[in-house]
Amino acid sequence: MMAAVTVAIAIQGNLFAVVILQTVYSFLMATALVALDAVDVAMTEAAVGAGISTVLLLGALYLVRGEEQKPRARPWLPLAASVVMAGTLVYGTFGLPAFSDPGAPIHTHVAPRYIQDGARETGVPNIVTAVLSSYRGYDTLGETTVVFTAGAGIIALLRRRRRGNKDGDRP
Amino acid sequence: MTLFGHFSYWITMFLLTAGLYIVIARGHLVKKLIGLSIFQTSVYLLYIAPSKLIGGTAPIVSDKFTLYSNPLPHVLILTAIVVGIATLALGLALVVRIREAYGSAEEDEILARDEDAARENPRS
Amino acid sequence: MKQYLVLRVIAKIMIPLMLLFGLYVQFHGDFGPGGGFQAGVIVAAAIIFYAIVFGLPTARKVVPDWLVETLLAAGVLLYAGVGVAGIMLGGNFLDYFVLDHDPVHGQHRGIFWVELGVFITVAGVMLKIFYMFASRRRDGGDE
Repeated sequence: MMAAVTVAIAIQGNLFAVVILQTVYSFLMATALVALDAVDVAMTEAAVGAGISTVLLLGALYLVRGEEQKPRARPWLPLAASVVMAGTLVYGTFGLPAFSDPGAPIHTHVAPRYIQDGARETGVPNIVTAVLSSYRGYDTLGETTVVFTAGAGIIALLRRRRRGNKDGDRP
Repeated sequence: MTLFGHFSYWITMFLLTAGLYIVIARGHLVKKLIGLSIFQTSVYLLYIAPSKLIGGTAPIVSDKFTLYSNPLPHVLILTAIVVGIATLALGLALVVRIREAYGSAEEDEILARDEDAARENPRS
Repeated sequence: MKQYLVLRVIAKIMIPLMLLFGLYVQFHGDFGPGGGFQAGVIVAAAIIFYAIVFGLPTARKVVPDWLVETLLAAGVLLYAGVGVAGIMLGGNFLDYFVLDHDPVHGQHRGIFWVELGVFITVAGVMLKIFYMFASRRRDGGDE
């Protein structure tokens, strides 16, 4: 179903419909994540991808306005490049471990220690929160700084100072 | 069983390639950004699918369960989602400014306007 | 949109519930799914909903610009402050076990303040981005 939505996004020309399809895609992704037992990630994806992202896209679409125009040339080269890349990636997936294999390297390296000792050492039953805030706290500090930088960047890009001159740009 | 097991990877690769196709083959800047966001969400699936253990549960410790899904990819993807929305917001702000400067948000028109400007005032 | 009675009534019912749910997600992030990011986005969405239904100038009076910009920076400072507190109390940067008499309680306290810092910054940034996009007029001016 997600594949169908993605193909519809690629083909559809009306940008408002594309934004709504992107919201549908985010909801479907959140549902798939719940089916994969990733509840924290699903909540974040639903809130961010289907909530805030839609509001921002609609706001930007109002300011940018316009339909998408038909491309002048048929996109055979990008289509061929995408198909070749997809073939190479699928060939690569044959080397990956099978689905839900408990002996895969992802489950045997450091994750058992987090699962066994996490609740006891930090006193927090949610292992994802414990790893995010305590074991990998530096990464979360970096991420909070990234979010702050994005906010500061948008303030710098979109701020207007009223000077009384008619043209749009600041000197 | 192996073929069904790899289905999750194949759907991830399809979504990844579709997102990439939207970025390189479509001209409107906002649509390119949406394609980039689809590309990013397919990478989330690529990380979370191998972390699931059949018969396990969400990684919240409780007395009733013994087998938990791997929490480490969840942490990485949580960060990735928030960084993705930050990138999308900055990209949209840039598109708005480009639209105001060039009058259009289509890639072909912007390049054509740049070439016209370069032809009119040739500066080396 | 504020002349539509149904929207106004529903908004007045739902916005407190959304804010309450955001706080629930924040403080119960230790025991269930949740945490700082999700809670920040939910609270920002509640205020954006208010701005959409009742108008942007009204929302700007309720949550003014200077408050949002202060919140943006305060969250990161709170997070880094927890790290510096770790140094001052004897450990390394972002060590939680020195924050209280008992390592486990110290971890709990550190996680609480850190998640609060993340919540404040994420809510502030999402709201500020919405304000910037929504207050810009089509020809580049500002409301």
